[in-house]
Amino acid sequence: MADVIKPGDAKEVEDAVRWALGNQKVLEVAGQGSKRAIGRPSQTDITLDLTALSGVMLYEPAELVLSAKAGTPLSEIEALLDQNNQQLEFEPMDYGPLFGREAGQGTLGGVIAANLSGPRRIKAGAARDHFLGVSAVTGRGEIIKSGGRVVKNVTGYDLCKLLAGSWGTLAAMTEITVKVLPKAETVATVIVGGLDDARAAQAMAAAMGSACEVSGAAHLPDHVASCFDSLPNSEATTALRLEGFGSSVKHRTEALIALMKPFGQVALLDEKNSRALWRDVREVKPFAAESARTRPLWRISTAPGKGYEIAAAITPAAQMFYDWAGGLLWAAMPFADEPDAASVRGAVRSLGGHSTLVRAPAAVRAAVDVFEPEQAALAALSKRVKEGFDPKGVLNPGRMWAGV
Amino acid sequence: MSLKMPEVDSAVLARRDRIVAALRTIVSGEGVIATEREMKPFESDGLTAYRQPPMVVVLPETTEQVAQVLHYCHDEGIKVVPRGAGTSLSGGALPLADGVLLGMAKFNRIREIDFESRVAVVEPGVTNLAVSNAVADAGFYYAPDPSSQIACTIGGNVAENSGGVHCLKYGMTTNNVLGCEIVLMTGEMIRIGGKHLDAGGYDLLGLINGSEGLLGVITEITVRILKKPETARAMLIGFPTSEDAGACVSAIIAAGIIPGGMEMMDKPAIHAVEEFVHAGYPLDVEALLIVEVDGPLAEANDLIERIEIIAAKCNALSCRASTSEQQRLLFWAGRKAAFPAAGRISPDYYCVDPTIPRGKLPFVLKRIREMSEKYGLRCANVFHAGDGNLHPLILYDANRPGELEKTEEFGAEIMKLCVEVGGVLTGEHGAGVEKRDLMPLMFSEIDLAAQQRVKCAFDAKGLLNPGKLFPTLHRCAELGRLHISGGKLPFPDIPRF
Repeated sequence: MADVIKPGDAKEVEDAVRWALGNQKVLEVAGQGSKRAIGRPSQTDITLDLTALSGVMLYEPAELVLSAKAGTPLSEIEALLDQNNQQLEFEPMDYGPLFGREAGQGTLGGVIAANLSGPRRIKAGAARDHFLGVSAVTGRGEIIKSGGRVVKNVTGYDLCKLLAGSWGTLAAMTEITVKVLPKAETVATVIVGGLDDARAAQAMAAAMGSACEVSGAAHLPDHVASCFDSLPNSEATTALRLEGFGSSVKHRTEALIALMKPFGQVALLDEKNSRALWRDVREVKPFAAESARTRPLWRISTAPGKGYEIAAAITPAAQMFYDWAGGLLWAAMPFADEPDAASVRGAVRSLGGHSTLVRAPAAVRAAVDVFEPEQAALAALSKRVKEGFDPKGVLNPGRMWAGV
Repeated sequence: MSLKMPEVDSAVLARRDRIVAALRTIVSGEGVIATEREMKPFESDGLTAYRQPPMVVVLPETTEQVAQVLHYCHDEGIKVVPRGAGTSLSGGALPLADGVLLGMAKFNRIREIDFESRVAVVEPGVTNLAVSNAVADAGFYYAPDPSSQIACTIGGNVAENSGGVHCLKYGMTTNNVLGCEIVLMTGEMIRIGGKHLDAGGYDLLGLINGSEGLLGVITEITVRILKKPETARAMLIGFPTSEDAGACVSAIIAAGIIPGGMEMMDKPAIHAVEEFVHAGYPLDVEALLIVEVDGPLAEANDLIERIEIIAAKCNALSCRASTSEQQRLLFWAGRKAAFPAAGRISPDYYCVDPTIPRGKLPFVLKRIREMSEKYGLRCANVFHAGDGNLHPLILYDANRPGELEKTEEFGAEIMKLCVEVGGVLTGEHGAGVEKRDLMPLMFSEIDLAAQQRVKCAFDAKGLLNPGKLFPTLHRCAELGRLHISGGKLPFPDIPRF
């Protein structure tokens, strides 16, 4: 059973890392541990639990900015923003249910470290795009800061971007500043029924290529459509979300319905069903059900026009659906111990993009690259970047790749 | 030039003829420029106060040539300064006397436009505006629009993480770039990202954006293109004080409205621009807001009504909304011509671009006015009000002895003030050589060392654009040393479970 250190402030995080350096110990950097099962399984001596670093330090709605300690629960931040009719516009997805945990867990630090985003990624960007400033303790046991509290800043290298999505392998973040934005006044969803994957990709491209400002575009093939309670039936559904001021959503809904008519049967989901549908898409609901949880799960990011081609190269026994206008493919493989990495990675190599084996038994994740393997020169560069921040490999070593 | 640049390597200079000959074997004909007269246009960028002829100029045409030039320079220990269109306002492309100036202007092709995935794949020497123009027929555009967009290149935009007037809603360059091909100083070629969202692995793309040409030479870029909004309308709103204008900006955002653009100008700027462009700006106001709303016509009209009500509550003296595309462009023409307009009323001008928390605006403007009196130099203010990015234009005459120095002091004092109130040194122009020595205002030695280790991961010999961004140069070996203190548990008070 691994020990846990629970520092109460940044200085104690620094002390903990220095202690690890001095004693050849390896730390598991964690918040609430809601994404602990993602990544390569690796041996660590002690868990650096950052949940005691909690609390919003600054929130100025008129300045669209919020700073909080890294271990602050995401739910607390979202509730606070909601009171002011604001939100994290990147709509962070929730990995919890995919691993049989309750929804709504996780910390702000975890959101950033995993660079989470949701269906609105196509319009609003990911966590990285809203991450303005950071304080962190590097694997050298030093407190560093980067960025600031303003949205427009090019002073120095953008280390925030580097830390976003680094899964705690470079530094343990202690304070985080993010951009926040107003919530949309209303939401509606135009759905098109009965399209095959290729045709759905065309429909989504047409919608995204219109002036309708689509803020979510998903295709839910018939084998997963029944998992979404908010849909009127269980046939394949292509869903397009519109958000904004009422007058504008009404106008754009009419325009989008006209644009989608040639593709198939068009219907409209009201605000309530829209919110339910996009929450289910964000939480990858079809593969969070208990019966689906033994299936290895791939998350594949590719060009929106290539998603269905990658899907076609994967075994037909896999269950899949598309977010990000076809550019994000969730693929659940049929057998627990067979992620079929060769066909997934082969398709990604030839069609472009990257794939992550989000869920699989530890033994499988130890044997198969969880994150997309990088070309040799790029892999060497990534390793040098890691060594700059964490030369002794005391922070989550090996979680992304062996030796990094 | 008072600026301290890296020590000139006399051994390199002594080999100049051989180096030029070697470079000619890689890039033939007019691609290598070595005469003093022909190198003249390259001796400075948009920060004209500093000039330095390079050792030699090389204008490669292919990635392979870039790789060979860098590989050769790496082996020979020769410094390299990359350059796009040379519109940098911070001296990012200032040459080095013993360095190769690597001009990327010949990388000027658009390689692919993919409407299905809504991306354009372009070479770095393509101008910002050319990307928008290339996709305009299909109703698309490239969102970041720095005021120099006619001339500045996409490669330079990535290197500086350029902004523009539409950043608040559409993001900066870094939010609109999906992939790039870069050549490291060793000559190794690397591809990061592509047409997909969020490159896998470490977000090195996020590092390249805004790296000021110190990490690698960009040879190809994939950018997102967006469908143009159905309509855009701009409003001119005049205020009796900058406090009122600032309050109006906050009230608009508090109402849940994120305008496509929101710019502010103070009285000296309004007058300078109006005399130059005749955009119809009100002259009897202390502060002018340009607010642009975009989207479907119904939305734009609705938002204009909402903003008119907010403006009236904030003591607006006048409020006009554009009624035609021509008029909208005229409203913007004034703002976009602010720099040349300043050039018209003063022999020289100097601009800094700190960003501040918006709420501090009235205080900072008041302090700038006081500084203006103290230094005896006029200052016109234009700024991106939505995101708090200031552009004070200090008017001076370089021919008057000591006036440039006084101007730089004035600029530095503004930047110091902005950092003190919670802002940052530069919002979009970059540190370059100009703000290099002010970096310690924002960053500790430890912060800067962490950034320099990133530089070391990309360029261990420190040959790519040295002398920019960092106030002091450290050897990578020295930066890499780890001093471990402790060995005993130094934190007995930390709860352990």
